[in-house]
Amino acid sequence: MTAAVFFGCTFIAFGPAIALFLFTIAREPLRVIFLIAGAFFWLVSLLLSSLVWFISVQISNKDSAAQQKGLLIFGVVLSVLLQETFRFAYYKLLKKANEGLLALSQEETMPISIRQLAYVSGLGFGFMSGAFSVVNILADSVGPGTVGIHGDSQHYFLSSAFMTMAIILLHMFWGVVFFDACEKQRWWAVAAVVISHLLVSCLTFQNPDYVASLIPTYVILFLMGVWAFYSAGGSLRNLKLCLTCKDKDFLLANHRSR
Amino acid sequence: MANNAEDIENNMDQQQTNTVPEPPQEASVTRARSRGGSGAGGGGGDRGGGEGDVGGNSSSPEQNGQPPAARPPLVVETEEDEDEELTLKYGAKHVIMLFVPVTLCMVVVVATIKSVSFYTQNDGQRLIYTPFPEDTDTVAQRALNSILNATIMITVIIVMTLVLVLLYKYRCYKVIQGWLFLSSLLLLFFFSYIYLKEVFKTYNVAMDYFTLAIIIWNFGVVGMMCIHWKGPLRLQQAYLIMISALMALVFIKYLPEWTAWLILAVISVYDLLAVLCPKGPLRILVETAQERNEPIFPALIYSSTMVWLVNMADTDRPKRNSTEAASPQQETQQAPIASPTPSSPSQDDGGFTSNWISNQEHQLGPMQSTEETRREIQQMPSARPPPEDDDEERGVKLGLGDFIFYSMLVGKASATASGDWNTTLACFVAILIGLCLTLLLLAIFKKALPALPISIFFGLVFYFATDNLVRPFMDKLALHQFYI
Repeated sequence: MTAAVFFGCTFIAFGPAIALFLFTIAREPLRVIFLIAGAFFWLVSLLLSSLVWFISVQISNKDSAAQQKGLLIFGVVLSVLLQETFRFAYYKLLKKANEGLLALSQEETMPISIRQLAYVSGLGFGFMSGAFSVVNILADSVGPGTVGIHGDSQHYFLSSAFMTMAIILLHMFWGVVFFDACEKQRWWAVAAVVISHLLVSCLTFQNPDYVASLIPTYVILFLMGVWAFYSAGGSLRNLKLCLTCKDKDFLLANHRSR
Repeated sequence: MANNAEDIENNMDQQQTNTVPEPPQEASVTRARSRGGSGAGGGGGDRGGGEGDVGGNSSSPEQNGQPPAARPPLVVETEEDEDEELTLKYGAKHVIMLFVPVTLCMVVVVATIKSVSFYTQNDGQRLIYTPFPEDTDTVAQRALNSILNATIMITVIIVMTLVLVLLYKYRCYKVIQGWLFLSSLLLLFFFSYIYLKEVFKTYNVAMDYFTLAIIIWNFGVVGMMCIHWKGPLRLQQAYLIMISALMALVFIKYLPEWTAWLILAVISVYDLLAVLCPKGPLRILVETAQERNEPIFPALIYSSTMVWLVNMADTDRPKRNSTEAASPQQETQQAPIASPTPSSPSQDDGGFTSNWISNQEHQLGPMQSTEETRREIQQMPSARPPPEDDDEERGVKLGLGDFIFYSMLVGKASATASGDWNTTLACFVAILIGLCLTLLLLAIFKKALPALPISIFFGLVFYFATDNLVRPFMDKLALHQFYI
């Protein structure tokens, strides 16, 4: 537990997300604004679920540990469902706002497409979710101490960092798939997103057993990543062209002012 | 103040579009700029922009002959669409131009609070404005004391605002200017000396007085020059952020807890009332300034893209007595002479409307003279954009009072919340979203709006909700390592 652990865990947890932010979002003011708005929506959903959990704890039997754990699990499930509800609400808001913007500006192209919004909002959700999960842990890791001295796992910090990274990226993929499914009215895909979110959260219930929770999470991350890639319009051909810098559309698009 | 910004901008617009004698191309450029400006101003009119706007008004002496008649409708319509587009584009850019300094200021305050323990220690010292202690025996007594403290503070603020309005009405510009100068002096030298001393104490750095004196001297003098005269834009922005952070830290240290939250709440309400009510002091101030066709005395405003040419001591002053009114006046008159385009007076229409005067009053400091500091913070010699300024590079302005209160909220949250970083993060996001919403409302209503209420309201709600509801939930989750 020193600066090494702190920096290492911070970069593991937030590295990919910050890189994504710096390279794709930081230069466009509109995207930054929608990212922060997405973070705000996630925050509100967390607030509501905490409120419900808090009330349920107050009216429950505080001495029974089993009941408390049950309530916590209930809180987690409720929180996941509320997060997805707020993701849908944000989608609706963005659709309305986009239509409004389009009407106002009387241009044919919107200043920001719904796909970009999906990506940005997913990342906003992810940032906030990851930050709330891990920042306190990181702050503690700077100080003195020995991890797991009372018999708990010694890999607490590292596993938290990896889990956070997975959650942030998953939120981004969920955002892309969710918005695309809402656009195309594919409700089974929306349900699949919700179920996979629930699955990932429930996997963490096994948690000191990191093999059982982290590995399936990363499998789901990979699958969701592939799904998001395809629903965003990617394909193997695109990927090849992009990697060999031969994709003319992409190169053109990068230089367009809008 | 926001009022100020808006009304003046509109006036300016009208006057701009009325400049018929100008070559049509110029007129349209002017119109576009002022429209774009006002759009951007709408996007983020800072009340500080009031100065520029009023200055803009005063630039119309050139074009004084024309009353604000109706513009040729045709031209306006074709401009409307472009303006909306401009509004949109520049609105987002201006929001970001405000996000960055506000974030920086908050980061500085939070970093200081977390590392330098001086600002969270309770030395038993209090400001003279908050004489009632909060370490009482009963909760009821504490509540009563904090209400009394907040009442005293607000009364002081209201009195100060009225004094300011009176001073302005009776044209005592020199008094105001001297006041501002003194308070920025105090801030840049004394408060930064204390800050540096505490930082050295925290990190156990030994430094001799000679080196310290040289450092503080240089810091202070360069600061005074940048803020009151001329300096590189980034340096000026950095100084403004630093002094806002210093003031916020002073507030955080010397205001007891319940008093601080109460004051934040009451100040947002006061801000709302003072800017929107017809008899509000700020509104009176704005109207007086408009009547006289003068810029409202300069305040300390953070401006993002323009290099403000501030002429404190100009040789070729116009007939005006007041130096402050004179300098923007003179600059605005210079501008049209220098080139036809920059007759659009408002420097920062993209600015944010905020309650600058009330913010001026909200000075808390251990010294009597900190009222001046407050005012100082609010005051800045108004500046004119240099003639070569690109139309598209309209900047935004935000009053330093807003910086101070936002940072104070976030700093207080990080100092006192037991949920630590979650609460700080939540308040930070809430304030940014409040800022965004205020700008959006501004763009929709195109009317002056105070910047404090929405952000502070969100900040307070999220502070208390996160600290009391979310924190236990997240703590329990972290304990079991559950992820949501």
